[in-house]
Amino acid sequence: MPVPMPDTRELTVRPAAAAKEVHRVDKTFELRRVSVRYGDNPAVKDVSMDIFHKNITALIGPSGCGKSTLIRCLNRMNDLIPSARVEGELRYHGEDLYGSRVDPVQVRKLIGMVFQKPNPFPKSIFDNVAFGPRTIGMKGDIREIVENALRRAGLWNEVKNRLKDNAYGLSGGQQQRLCIARAIATEPDVILMDEPCSALDPISTARIEDLMLELKERYSIVIVTHNMQQAARVSDMTAFLMVELTADEKTRYGELIEYDDTSKVFTNPADSRTEDYISGKVG
Amino acid sequence: MTAHDIAASGAGAGSLRRSLEAASPRYGERAIRAFLVGCAAFSVLVTIGIVLSLLFGAIDFFRAVPVLDFLTGTDWAPGFEPAAFGVLPIVVGTLNIVFWALAVAVPVGLLSAIYLAEYAPARVRRVVKPMLEVLEGIPTVAIGLWGLFFLRPLAEDLFPFLAWSTPHAVGVAGVAVGLLIVPLVASVSDDAMRSVPGSLREGAYALGASKLRVSLRVVLPAAVSGVVASLVLGVSRAVGETMVVLMVAGARPQISVDPTASVQTVTGHIGTTATGDISTGTTDYYTIFAVGALLFVLTLAMNMFAIRLVRRFREVYE
Repeated sequence: MPVPMPDTRELTVRPAAAAKEVHRVDKTFELRRVSVRYGDNPAVKDVSMDIFHKNITALIGPSGCGKSTLIRCLNRMNDLIPSARVEGELRYHGEDLYGSRVDPVQVRKLIGMVFQKPNPFPKSIFDNVAFGPRTIGMKGDIREIVENALRRAGLWNEVKNRLKDNAYGLSGGQQQRLCIARAIATEPDVILMDEPCSALDPISTARIEDLMLELKERYSIVIVTHNMQQAARVSDMTAFLMVELTADEKTRYGELIEYDDTSKVFTNPADSRTEDYISGKVG
Repeated sequence: MTAHDIAASGAGAGSLRRSLEAASPRYGERAIRAFLVGCAAFSVLVTIGIVLSLLFGAIDFFRAVPVLDFLTGTDWAPGFEPAAFGVLPIVVGTLNIVFWALAVAVPVGLLSAIYLAEYAPARVRRVVKPMLEVLEGIPTVAIGLWGLFFLRPLAEDLFPFLAWSTPHAVGVAGVAVGLLIVPLVASVSDDAMRSVPGSLREGAYALGASKLRVSLRVVLPAAVSGVVASLVLGVSRAVGETMVVLMVAGARPQISVDPTASVQTVTGHIGTTATGDISTGTTDYYTIFAVGALLFVLTLAMNMFAIRLVRRFREVYE
């Protein structure tokens, strides 16, 4: 069952001054009391938030707060873990993402993902980028598609003369940009990034942050990050999650504490726990 | 002033002397080390011994029969009058067995491995995997019996249009050998595929790849060196298999591609000759060394070829 993709291109032509208004208009994801359990252990409880189109939305919080678990709900990667259960309501452009007729494979064609550790396939650089387009049977010249994706990922000039080389010959930062090229080659609607820079040096990190700001023109981006400066630098909206203990104090789970404009979360947070965390008092 | 004196004076009177020398000679450790080296050397020496004994026997054989006649001759009739020592018929017999064995073991073994590694739920795996390992240990004579009295009649029922002229059939023997090596191929390939990092699977799933695509396009290519290794092990086993072949394939040295033909293989010849009443020291007797050496060279060449193949096509991750 294909998930319909609304045409939102007109949003990009609006004047920059209206951007602040615009980005809150079109909702890509609506989460209502979303909880995730692994077997009997809760991982995230009762998260409600809206993720907006052509925004960078950052999920921040200490280890174990369920950021990665939450982002993996958005493209149904949690389906790959047999014990994982997702409860609550999760809508993607208004459609129930966990509806009985929704095919997770179809979902992942529209919602791409970049992982913490660069995970290129042990194939040539070209075949890595071509994998997605070939998978979904994209029309058009495959070489052109690959070149465009590599250009947009800012990697083309570095690899154009060695497209046939194995991707593992690239540096860590290049590999991660290759993974981003691989994710955008299929022209997805959303890109999820699960700590994409945590294994990279500051220069590679800066390149990927610049890249994210460029990609934002075309895609909605959700990023999990441990790095608060990164969230402050690149994101439009920031969600802060915190680890809580269950009533019997035996298990820990993540909870959404605060979700607002990034500037507000970092300068004038509503919750004292957010302030403690971003000011470095805890976490 | 010696080093000890310095240590003693430095540590003060009456206290323990500090020394950098070993407190005791540790004979135990040396003994264990010598024992372990001995064990390792023993297996190497045994291997060398086997090769040498084959070689000496083969040299005696080639004093009577020119090497070229042996390697290119198409008539194999040691023990007959006049005797012929062209090895090709039994080599082709072995290739026949390998062909039919691979025809069974490659699809069945690889598909089982893909199922086990990528599709099977954990509880199915927990049952099937140990069963595969048990199957690997079934005595080959039992498989031979089963091939002769079950598989051979079944083959005739399934393919009545073929010319089943003898109670033996090389195709049936090959299929039986193939079934014998399926567990090996499946088990080793499964291990290879499971050792492919999960991050590669995740990467492919995140691009909207189906399970089949992830298995065939990402996991299988990444595991190719292990998969090829499993096939090489399987082929070596098929080449070396004797009992099933003796019982099911028959004993007529002839060059034939007919799966219903009775055909002798290299191992079949060694098996019958070594257990027959041929007097030692005759040329007939020395054939088994020559043929044994040939078998050794064949499997060695195959293994080296496979290693090169794997190096060429391996997808290196990390």
